[in-house]
Amino acid sequence: MTTQHDAREALMTGRRSDGTPVRRPLSPHLQVYDMMQMNSALSITHRITGAIWSAGTLLLVWWLVAAATGEESFARVQWFLGSFLGLLVLFGLTAVTWYHTLAGLRHLLWDWGFGFELPTMYATGRAVLIGTAVLTVLTWILALIFWG
Amino acid sequence: MATFTLPKNSTVGQGKVFKAPAGATNVKAFKIYRWDPDTGENPRMDTYEVDMDKCGPMVLDALIKIKNEIDSTLTFRRSCREGICGSCSMNIDGLNTLACLKPIDEVKGEVRVNPLPHMPVVKDLVPDLSQVYAQYRSIEPWLKSETPPPPDEERRQSKDERAKVDGMWECILCFCCSTACPSYWWNGDRFLGPAVLLAAYRWIADSRDEATGQRLDNLEDPFRLYRCHTIMSCTRTCPKGLNPAAAIGKIKQLLVERHGA
Repeated sequence: MTTQHDAREALMTGRRSDGTPVRRPLSPHLQVYDMMQMNSALSITHRITGAIWSAGTLLLVWWLVAAATGEESFARVQWFLGSFLGLLVLFGLTAVTWYHTLAGLRHLLWDWGFGFELPTMYATGRAVLIGTAVLTVLTWILALIFWG
Repeated sequence: MATFTLPKNSTVGQGKVFKAPAGATNVKAFKIYRWDPDTGENPRMDTYEVDMDKCGPMVLDALIKIKNEIDSTLTFRRSCREGICGSCSMNIDGLNTLACLKPIDEVKGEVRVNPLPHMPVVKDLVPDLSQVYAQYRSIEPWLKSETPPPPDEERRQSKDERAKVDGMWECILCFCCSTACPSYWWNGDRFLGPAVLLAAYRWIADSRDEATGQRLDNLEDPFRLYRCHTIMSCTRTCPKGLNPAAAIGKIKQLLVERHGA
């Protein structure tokens, strides 16, 4: 039994030529729409990176809890973060964080009333992508130089 | 709740193939969504091969040719054939647009034609627009004024005031934008969608209208307005080159300003 009521449900019933009711189909959406438009692709990426970033902060929690627990557990976390998989995860989280930050700034621009014209929208979208790549690499170069 | 898949009765199957007439050298295939309430079967994609040497340049020309010469049961809305009535809005090659304004040669390979996305289908390419029309009614798209008009005269506007509704009065209510909006797909029962919000801002921006406060009250709602997440599919797809996303942004700004900065 579904308890969710969608006002559009009433429109899903149609009539045949003889007057008997028939269940109408819902027209295809994600199945046919070209979702690889830059605007919608960046938008869903913003949401996904937000979710990943939130989940990624659990790593920080794990690290802090381990540091408070004792030397042994802290060493275990350090070992994982230093492993190939750990570094890959951290690198991914860096990219995700930069993307979400830059795309968030793009949202702030929109909230200020700027950047709604299509050419500007494409330009700021490209800036977010390039910025993410550059800042992620830069972050790691700096990290490797100072903490390597 | 968002459901990303189609209900069981809505999944689309393979349909019939109507071969091009013998001797046609310049053939283009049109894959068109078909659903007939009388059969009760699931929707299907019928393929029509059209001789492009004997067909006009726009997708609507091909649809009319198919209906006239190949399959008279094909059902779609059309009227003006010049982008001013908004009847022939549909999903062509993955994007919503007006069939009469979409050149066939812009589409590489076969031309996929579907009804406006995430809508109840009446028949073939005809969606039920009752919901969007009811939502349009809800924003009271007419001039509301306490002050009586000057005797024997129109309500005057300066050129600047008049310019403020440019980019909005041109909307022909084809609903390409609303049905391109993922947020409207998932929340269209309560989210008004880009076309209706553009219409709402058209009256807010009109210097002669005196109901701005009341209009903003009606829009200040987590669903009616704020399901817009600036995905910008509306602006990207508008066949008239209008910018609903910008209009929605202006409404949001007015609401912030009203709360006091």
